[in-house]
Amino acid sequence: MTHEERQELLESLLAKQKAGTLKPRDRFDIPPQNMPEQDAAARRRNVSEVALGYTEMQARLEAMRCLQCKTAPCVQGCPVGIRIKDFIAAIADGHCDRALDIIKENSLLPAVCGRVCPQEVQCQETCTVGLKFKDVSRAVSIGRLERFVADLDCNGAAIPSVASLTGKKVAIVGSGPGGIVAAADTRRAGHDVTVFEAFHKPGGVMVYGIPEFRLPKAIVHDEIETLKKMGVRIVTNFIVGRTRTIEQLMTEDGFDAVYIGVGAGLPSFMGIEGESLVGVYSANEYLTRANLMKAYDFGSGADTPIAASKRVAVVGGGNVAMDAARTAVRVGAEKVYLIYRRTEKEMPARVEEVHHAKQEGIEFHLLQSPKRIVGDQNSRATAIECLRYELGEPDDSGRRRPVAIAGSEFLIDVDTVIIAIGNQANPLIRQTTTGLEFNKWGNLVVDENCRTSMPGVYAGGDIVLGAATVILAMGQGRIAAAAINDDLADKPR
Amino acid sequence: MSHRIVGKKELGTDVFWARIEAPLIAQARQPGQFIILSINNDYSERIPLTIAGADPSAGTIELIWQRVGKTTAEMANLAEGDEIANISGPLGTPTHIENFGTVVCVGGGIGAAPLLPIATALKNAGNRLVSILGFRSKDRLILERDFAAISDELVVTTDDGSYGRKALVTEPLAEACGRDPRPGHAFIIGPTIMMKFCCDVTRQFDVPTQVSLNTIMIDGTGMCGGCRVEVDGKPKFVCVDGPEFDGHRVNFDLMIKRMNAYKPQERQAHEQYEQHRCKIGLDE
Repeated sequence: MTHEERQELLESLLAKQKAGTLKPRDRFDIPPQNMPEQDAAARRRNVSEVALGYTEMQARLEAMRCLQCKTAPCVQGCPVGIRIKDFIAAIADGHCDRALDIIKENSLLPAVCGRVCPQEVQCQETCTVGLKFKDVSRAVSIGRLERFVADLDCNGAAIPSVASLTGKKVAIVGSGPGGIVAAADTRRAGHDVTVFEAFHKPGGVMVYGIPEFRLPKAIVHDEIETLKKMGVRIVTNFIVGRTRTIEQLMTEDGFDAVYIGVGAGLPSFMGIEGESLVGVYSANEYLTRANLMKAYDFGSGADTPIAASKRVAVVGGGNVAMDAARTAVRVGAEKVYLIYRRTEKEMPARVEEVHHAKQEGIEFHLLQSPKRIVGDQNSRATAIECLRYELGEPDDSGRRRPVAIAGSEFLIDVDTVIIAIGNQANPLIRQTTTGLEFNKWGNLVVDENCRTSMPGVYAGGDIVLGAATVILAMGQGRIAAAAINDDLADKPR
Repeated sequence: MSHRIVGKKELGTDVFWARIEAPLIAQARQPGQFIILSINNDYSERIPLTIAGADPSAGTIELIWQRVGKTTAEMANLAEGDEIANISGPLGTPTHIENFGTVVCVGGGIGAAPLLPIATALKNAGNRLVSILGFRSKDRLILERDFAAISDELVVTTDDGSYGRKALVTEPLAEACGRDPRPGHAFIIGPTIMMKFCCDVTRQFDVPTQVSLNTIMIDGTGMCGGCRVEVDGKPKFVCVDGPEFDGHRVNFDLMIKRMNAYKPQERQAHEQYEQHRCKIGLDE
C-alpha cells in the first residue's frame, strides 16, 4: 500500500465511523500493517535496529482494525493489565499523547515492552481479530502500536511527579526492568530511593543481554535518565552481598526496605563432553561481550574481543538463542546453525525473531541435540556431534517430549559453540544472606505481594519466577513497590 | 563514582603498584578476594585483579599488576591523581584461614601480591610460615621485605640466578614438604604453569594445596561462565566458586589452553594501543 492509498482508506473509515455506519466487516477488510524493516542483507553487517517502526498512517490504520470488543480479552492477556482497547481507540482518533498516558498508567517502559514483549502469546493471542482469522499473526499488532506511541514521546517525556519526602529509604538491588519499575513507584510515593547495580552500566538484561538490533541502548538509557530526574540515585559497580550485605544495608545504612531484582544470571550448561573447550561460550558471555562491551567494534575502539568465528552452532530455541545466533552473523560468521531438539512449533522464541533469524541466513537444525563437542589437540572446538530426535508424548510442560533416535549421531564442523539453554538463580544473595527462604531451584520464595521471609525485604522478576520476561518482571516490581509503600506508610519513623 | 589513584610506583620491570580510593571495597574485602576494573565506561574490557592490601580507615585498596595487555599497559600509564572509571568488588569467596601448624606459601612473580594478605592472615592465625617467592630475575623482585617481616623462613629464587637462589620454586617447595613435621597446608599463587608443577610436588608429599586461579573473566559475579575451569572433571566458575580451589583437582592443562583463547586479539589490541600512544607527542 502506498501512503496515499492508506490515507484514502483511513479517511473513508473515519467518515463511516463519524456517520455511525462503520461495521466490523470494514475493520476486517483493513490489511494488517507490516512494520518496515532493514533489508536482511544490509543488516547482517550492522547492529542497528531491524524493525523500523510504524508511520502515523500505518499506526492509525492498524488501530482501526481493533473491534473495540466490550470484553477486551486482550487486557486479560496482558500481565500488567494495560487498558489496551482504550489506548488503541486513542491512536485511531489521532490522539497519541492520550494513548501513551493510558499505557503509562500500567507500564512504565512502553518503548521496551513494545519491542521485546512476547505479544503473540499474551495480548495478541486472545485478540478477537486474530481468532476470527484463526491466525495470531493477523491479530491487531498491539505491541507495534505501543512502540509507536512510546517512540513519539522520546524527546519530551514528562517526569512523573514525586510526593514530598517521607524520610524513609528504599534500596533496589538490580537495575533491570523490575528494579526500574520498583524504583519509580517507590520514589513516586516520596521515599529516598537508591538503585544498586553490579555492572558498570544500569539496565540489566536490557543492556547486557538484548542486542542493540532488537532494543537500542538509547531507549534504556532514557528510562534510567528519567529515574535520575525523579531523584533516584543509581549506584553502579556495587555488588549487594559482597560490597555490602543486605543486613548491612538495613542495619548500618538505614534502608527501611530492600527490593531484590537480581534476575537469574547463572548460565546453564548441558553437562556434555567438551563444554570446557576453547570456543564454547554461554550465551550470556557471548552477548555480554558483544552488547555491554561492544565487542562488535573490536579493533576500532572496543578492547573486549569476541571469537573470530567462521562456523557457529547455537544450542537452544529461545529468544536468547536467536539473539546469540544473529549477533554471531553480525560479528562476521559465515555459517550459523541453530540447533534445537524440538520443532519450530515448540520453540519458545518469538515468531518475529525466528522469522528475522531465518531472513538473516541462520540455518535451523530442528529435532537435533548435541551429544558432545569435539576439540583438537589445542583444546579448541572443531565440531559438534548431534543426535537426531523425534517427538514423543507430551511432558509436564505440555510440550511433546523429544526422544533421541539411537545411532543417529552425526558431526557438524564448527569453531564456536554457544550454549543458550537457559539460566539459573545466581547464588550470591543466598550465600551472603541468612534469613531468606529459597526453593530447591535457588529462587526466592515470596508471598502474593512479593514479600520475602525476611521483614522489609521484597523480591521479584527472574530471581523469583525463574527465567521469565521483561513485562512479568515489571509486573512484580510494581506489586512489590505497592507492598513497600503500604508497609512503609505504617512504619514509624 | 570514579576511583582516584592516590599513590603509584613501578616496583620492577613491567610490575606496578597503586593505592586507589575505593572505600567500600577497602572495608569489605578479605584475603583471597579480587576486584574487576575497567578504565572507561564504553569500550574498555573488564579485567580481574587480586587485592594486594587495603586500608579501611583511609578508604584505599592496593593493587599490584604486571603489564601484559592493553588494559594493564593503560593502567601503567596512569599517574597519581588520575582516575579509574569502574572498580567493583570485593569478589570471590574469601580464603579459609585456620591454624594448620606449618604452612608453606609459594608466590610466583606477580602472584606474590595476592599471596601477601593470605600469608599475613595465616601468620596471624598462629601458623608457622614458610614463604617461597620466585621471580624471573632480580629486576622483577617484589614484596621481599613484606614477606620477610611475617615469615618464619623465607626463600627467594630467580630463574637466572641474578638474586637469591638460582632455582625454580618447586625445588625449595619439595624440600619444605619433605621436612618433619610436614606442612599442614600449602598456598600457591603464580603463573598457571607454575601452580601446576607446584601441585605435582605437593601431591607427592600429600600436602593439601590451595591455588588461586586467575582466568579470563567478564562480569565476575557468576553470570557469564567465561571463567569456568574443570575441577574434579566438573565445570566450576572461578568468580563465585573460587578463585581458590584444591590444586590437586584442577585441570591445569585445559585452563592454560582456555587462557590462551584470545592471545592474538589481545596482542592486536595492545599493539594498536602502543602505536596510537607513540604518535602522541611526536612533532610532524
